[in-house]
Amino acid sequence: MGISIIKVPDIGEGVAEVELVEWHVKVGDLVKEDDVLAAVMTDKATVEIPSLFDGRVVELGADIGETLVVGATLLTIEHADEGNATAPDTDAAAASPVAQKEPEEKLPEPAPRAPEPKLPPAAPPVAGSARAPRAEGAAPLASPAVRARARAAGIDLRRVAGSGPAGRITDSDLDAVFAAGPAAVAAPKPGRSRREGAEDIRVVGLRRKISESMSLANARIPHITVIEEIDVTAVEDLRATMNAGKGDKPKLTMLPFVSAALCRAIDQHPEMNAHFYDDEGIIRRHSPVHIGVATMTDKGLVVPVMRHAESLAPFELATEILRLAEAARRGKATRDELTGSTITITSLGPLGAIATTPIINHPEVAILGINKMAVRPMWDGAQFVPRKMMNISASFDHRVIDGWDAAEFVQHIKTLLENPALIFMED
Amino acid sequence: MKTETCKLLIIGAGPGGYVCGIRAGQLGIDTIVVEAEKPGGTCLNVGCIPSKALIHAADEFAKLHSLSGENALGISATAPTIDLAKTIAWKDGIVTRLTGGVASLLKKARTRYVTGRAKIIDGKTVEVSTSDGALRISCETMVIATGSKPQELPSLPFGGKVISSTEALDLQEVPNRLTIVGGGYIGLEIGTAMAKLGAQVTVVEFADRILPQYDAELTKPVAARLKELGITLYLATRANGLSKNGNALLAEGPDGAVEIPSDKVLVTVGRAPVTQGFGLMDLGLTMDGPFVAIDAHCATSMRGVYAIGDVTGDPMLAHRAMAQGVIVAEHIAGLPSVWDKRAIPAVCFTDPEIVTVGALPNEIEGSKTTVFPFAANGRSMTMERSDGFVRIVFDPKNELVLGFHAVGSAVSEMSGEFALALEMGATLADIADTIHAHPTLTETVQETAQKALGRALHI
Repeated sequence: MGISIIKVPDIGEGVAEVELVEWHVKVGDLVKEDDVLAAVMTDKATVEIPSLFDGRVVELGADIGETLVVGATLLTIEHADEGNATAPDTDAAAASPVAQKEPEEKLPEPAPRAPEPKLPPAAPPVAGSARAPRAEGAAPLASPAVRARARAAGIDLRRVAGSGPAGRITDSDLDAVFAAGPAAVAAPKPGRSRREGAEDIRVVGLRRKISESMSLANARIPHITVIEEIDVTAVEDLRATMNAGKGDKPKLTMLPFVSAALCRAIDQHPEMNAHFYDDEGIIRRHSPVHIGVATMTDKGLVVPVMRHAESLAPFELATEILRLAEAARRGKATRDELTGSTITITSLGPLGAIATTPIINHPEVAILGINKMAVRPMWDGAQFVPRKMMNISASFDHRVIDGWDAAEFVQHIKTLLENPALIFMED
Repeated sequence: MKTETCKLLIIGAGPGGYVCGIRAGQLGIDTIVVEAEKPGGTCLNVGCIPSKALIHAADEFAKLHSLSGENALGISATAPTIDLAKTIAWKDGIVTRLTGGVASLLKKARTRYVTGRAKIIDGKTVEVSTSDGALRISCETMVIATGSKPQELPSLPFGGKVISSTEALDLQEVPNRLTIVGGGYIGLEIGTAMAKLGAQVTVVEFADRILPQYDAELTKPVAARLKELGITLYLATRANGLSKNGNALLAEGPDGAVEIPSDKVLVTVGRAPVTQGFGLMDLGLTMDGPFVAIDAHCATSMRGVYAIGDVTGDPMLAHRAMAQGVIVAEHIAGLPSVWDKRAIPAVCFTDPEIVTVGALPNEIEGSKTTVFPFAANGRSMTMERSDGFVRIVFDPKNELVLGFHAVGSAVSEMSGEFALALEMGATLADIADTIHAHPTLTETVQETAQKALGRALHI
């Protein structure tokens, strides 16, 4: 029998620390070599860490949400072979990128733990409320007094876990329910009922990254948002025509046209395709247009980057957008594909609302939001005619972009999209 | 026709109806209870209480009788005699006191009481034929608490020699030869008492053992005592009716036809719900066999009509009806009461007595059973009764107690501890670690739990 320590491996790309986002095992679990033990997150990529041994998990080295430096103890496994904790030179340990020859001496200091939240904790969720506290159909065990108290409060004891002997529900179990709010286990009643209590959700992983970037952007950047309506009837006609003859190519959405229009508008307004490093007092204007495309995934918002959009034709843009969105949703986007944008487009598609106030993707200076398209009656000077209308909502870093320039830029995009031939005409 | 209105109308003043009436009155509900006979129902008038009075008298008589001969206690008494008419008058006095008590409790709760036979017109109206003429009562809510009556056998209709428990508890003299058809608890309670009073008792039971709802282990001490008392048992035997001259019961058993000479034939083959003859069936309520179907609030299938007690089915026990009566009254008053009882104790006042609460052995898969005999209990010996035992059925996985049974002298008083333990969700350790007073019969309960945990002391 031996004890082996599995450490946070060097993930490469100069990553020095990772955030633990998910445990796939718990203490006591039997694991096989290559079973996934945990998921950690670097800047924007999530990496699964496999086991190097067969064995049983005896200790977890960190809590979810903690930041760990590379080489820190991830967990401890007990297995039939000699362990690396005492005899580090097993094959498995040698093969491991994280195994250290003399772990006891070289063990790095544990990573500083994420500060505990200062908030008073919300009442814990009622024990067992997430799962059935007892076998289906088994009557809850509780004294008549506890039952009466539960009844009076509208608590369904079938959904309360008991801490007493044989799973008996005690008065203090009910106290916990009351603390969490009886609605947590109230018998479902027709009609409306009051709900009480709160649930604490740790902000970890991608959500924390999103939270940090949004805070940074909103705290540092004074936003100015310009909203304009665009008649997209012409571009929609063009899109339909192109889609009709697309062959094997991916279907064109509005996004490739907006991307193309954005690239053309940037030709006239290079100040929009820039990074503003306010600490250094430098604005870095970029020649290539790397468009970040805000994409919703199961885990939250990510922004894969369409590189050199200025060089791509509509169908190439469509192909690239599709590929990046897919990679992002599957969590397979590489670090390269998730960094380096110079300007960002955000679109909620059919949910795009009439107007939005997009938050700039720091340190960029502009972001273009696309709102939903609708057929509206428009006055053509003699009568109302049905036109396909779509709004755009663009935000700018007002420290470096003046309102006049912002308005001009938006007008330029409007002109391009209303007269799509202009997008593709060489100057 | 006179008319009355009320919020709650209860038909029947048995243990279910009168308790419902008292509780409803306490809760400020304008309530009328209608009863055709005296308040108290079967229980007080012709059931539980009268039979216990008779059993007590018989026990006292039998005790004296046993002391009139050679006995270990060294007491010599003269042979007792009994004037049963006087005994019955004493019993009637108790009944009168109790029924009077019920009437005054209803009054105290400001619940109105109407004597007369009710006929249901619709779910909100009844017509009562009182001594002052017909009375029409309109109500918002109605509770059917009409109870049950002795089941008749087609071959042995009640009348003449053939009597029900009602008449058996009102006999003015001890019959010489009493034949009882039906070896359930009612027949055996009365049969045992009559045997102790000197009657020659024969029991005819259709099943192959007495008290067929219990398991054989539990009834063995009772069967042994019946034998001691000289009671003849005909098991697996069908009663076919009276002989032509009416002096004998004709029956047919495994050994062929028998003719049992009888002065009285007591038929105790069960009780039937009272559902006919007062308009109940016209309501078209959903039934559960012969019984009115109810939910956990004792509500029937018709809005505003509730039913409690024997009319709602087994177990037909007064204390179940009382608990239902309380629940209905509180429910109507808007309180969150609901039927959530885990245990309804059942007591059989045979000799020895039987108590059962909760699951029987092997009723629940995976359960285990532990038995502790009264023979190892000091108090039993000092009472000259060490027959019987206490038995606990439990779940070996979590030691939760699932059922209690006891057979023995005076074990009926253990029913409270048993029911309380089940309602509280007691485990074996809860009982084993509770001090039970010495010297009492209840020590046996503690010892049974200790034995189940492998740490019995006195065996």
